[in-house]
Amino acid sequence: MATVATHPPLAPAQGRLRAIVKTAREAPLIAVVILGGLMLVAIFADLIAPYDPTLPVPGANVFDPPFWMEGGRATTPLGTDFQSRDILSRLIYGARVSLIVGLMGTLVAGTIGTAMGILSGYVGGWVDQIIMRVTDAWLALPAIVFAIFLAAMVGPSMWNIVAILGGVYWTRYARVIRGEVLTLREREFVKLAEIAGASKLRVIKRHILPNVMNTATVLASLTVGVVIIAEASLSFLGVGVPPPQPAWGLMLSEARPTLMAGQWWLTVFPGVCILLIVLATQLFGDWLRVRLDPQTRNL
Amino acid sequence: MGQFILRRVLYSLVTLFILSATIFLIVRFTGDPVALMAEAGARPEDLDRIRQQWGLDRSWPVQYVTFMRNAFKGELGKSFNYRLPVTELYFQRLPNSLTLGLAATLISLLIGVPAGIISAVKVNTRWDTLAKGVALLGLSIPGFWLGLVLILVFSVWLRWLPTSGAGDWRHVVMPAVALGWYFAASMLRLTRSSMLEVLGSEYIKLARLKGLPDVVVIAMHAFKNALIPVFTLAGVNLVVMVNAAVIIEVIFAWPGIGRLLYEGIFQRDFPLVQGVVIMAGFMIVGINLVVDILYAFIDPRIRLAR
Repeated sequence: MATVATHPPLAPAQGRLRAIVKTAREAPLIAVVILGGLMLVAIFADLIAPYDPTLPVPGANVFDPPFWMEGGRATTPLGTDFQSRDILSRLIYGARVSLIVGLMGTLVAGTIGTAMGILSGYVGGWVDQIIMRVTDAWLALPAIVFAIFLAAMVGPSMWNIVAILGGVYWTRYARVIRGEVLTLREREFVKLAEIAGASKLRVIKRHILPNVMNTATVLASLTVGVVIIAEASLSFLGVGVPPPQPAWGLMLSEARPTLMAGQWWLTVFPGVCILLIVLATQLFGDWLRVRLDPQTRNL
Repeated sequence: MGQFILRRVLYSLVTLFILSATIFLIVRFTGDPVALMAEAGARPEDLDRIRQQWGLDRSWPVQYVTFMRNAFKGELGKSFNYRLPVTELYFQRLPNSLTLGLAATLISLLIGVPAGIISAVKVNTRWDTLAKGVALLGLSIPGFWLGLVLILVFSVWLRWLPTSGAGDWRHVVMPAVALGWYFAASMLRLTRSSMLEVLGSEYIKLARLKGLPDVVVIAMHAFKNALIPVFTLAGVNLVVMVNAAVIIEVIFAWPGIGRLLYEGIFQRDFPLVQGVVIMAGFMIVGINLVVDILYAFIDPRIRLAR
C-alpha cells in the first residue's frame, strides 16, 4: 500500500465535515425525504395544520369525504371525522405523537438495554446471571402482549407509553450488546487498559461503550419502527394515547365503527402515514447497518 | 446431554419464576381490584368481606405462594367477572386461537418460503429485489391496519367475506392473512439466507459438478436442508401467534385467548389477565426449551458449548 499523498492532508475538522457530506450523499433518498419531511411536519405542526386537531371545524359536517369526492370541500382536503374534526390537521399533529413516542421510546429502550448489556457482559458473574435471567423472562412474553398488559395496568398517557415501550423493548439490546462486550472484553486493548490500572468504570466509558455504539445505533434505527407500530396498536386498543389527542392509532380506532359504512378515508390515511414512517425507518436502518457494520458491507 | 437438558430446564424454571413474580407484583401494584368489583357506595365491611373471599387480605408473599402452588396443580384462580376458573375459560378459547394461528402460519409459509427460495436462487436479480420489497412491506405494514383494509375491501366493497366472528373457513381468511403477513416477511428473510448458505456449500457444488440439472439440485438437495431452520421458526411463530394475536382477534371479534385477555383488561379481571399472560409465558418458554433440546440432539456442537 505505497500510495503517495497527492494532496495536502486535511485538517481533522474539515475531514470530518467531508465525511459527513459524503455519508449524507449515500443515504437512501426516499427514507431521508420521508423521515425529514415528517420531522419538519411534526416540529412545525402548529404552523402547518389548518385547524385545531381536537376541535370541530366550524361549518363542516361530520364525515365529509376528501376534496376530490362528491361532497368534499377544499377547506378540509382529506375530509372530517365523526366529530367533524379536520383529518389533515389530525394527521399532522399525529406525526408529532408518533415521532416523539418512537424516538423517545427507542432512546429509553436503548439506554436501559445498552447499560444492562455492558454491565452483564463486562462485570459477569452474578450480575450477568441476574440480568440475563430477567432478559429471558421479559422475552418469554410477546412484546405486544407485555406492553398491552403494562399499559392497561398503568393507565393511558403518552409519556406512560414511552416508559412502557422502553421498558419492554430494552431486552433485545441487552442480549446483543452483551454478546459484543463478551468478545470486546477479551481484546488486547481492553486487557492492556486493565493492566495499566484503568478502573472498571473508565474501561467501560473509554473502551467498551465507544465500540458498542455502532451496534446500538443500528438496533435503534430498526427499533423506532417497531415502537411506532406498538404505540399505534396500544392507542388503537384504547390503552395508549388518550383522546382527544390526535394519534394515528387512535384515529384508526375511532374510524372502526363507521368502517362498515364505507368511510374509507378515516381508515386509509392514518394507516398510510404509519406505513410510510415505518418503511422509511426500516430503509434507513438497513442502510445504516450496511454502513456501520463492515462485515455485512462485504457481503 | 443429560446435563445440558437439566441446565436448560433449570433456566426455564427460573425464567418462569421471574416472569410470574413480575406479573403478580405489577397486577397488585397498580390499583385495588376490590373497589372495582364492589358496587358503588359499598360499605367498608362489604369491601373487607370481598377481600377475604378472594384471599386478598393476606400478605403478598402468601398470596404469591398460594398462587404458585395452585398454578402447579393446574389452577390459575377464578375469574372475577365470569365467576369461572381461569383455566376453564382459557381452554374454551384456546382451540380458536390455535385454528387462527395454524391458518396464519400456513399463510406465512405459503408466502415466505417460495418467495425466499426464488430470491435466493435468483439472487441479485429483479426477483430478489421484488422479494426484498415484499419483506420490507411485511415489516412496515401494521397487521391490524392490514386487517382493517381487508375488511374494507373484501367485506364492505366486494361483500365476499364476513367481517367478524368464527364459523367456517371464510371467517378465518382475513384474520389469518392479517396475522400471518408480518411473519411471512421473517420467513422470507430466513428462507433466503438459509438457502443462500446451503447453495454455497460443498455438497451442492458437487451435485452441480456431477451435472445434475438445477431443478434437481435445488428441489432435492438444497431445499431439504435449508428448510430445517425455517420450519423451526414456523413452529415458534405458531406459539407466538396463538398468544400475541390480541389486536387481530379484537378487530375480527375472533373468540380466542387474545380477546379473552383484552376483555380481562377492560374489566380489571386480574386473575384472568394474570392467568392468560402467564400461560403465554409458559407456552413460549416451553417451545423454546423444546427447540433448544431438539437442536442439541441434532447438533452436538450446541450441547458441548457452554
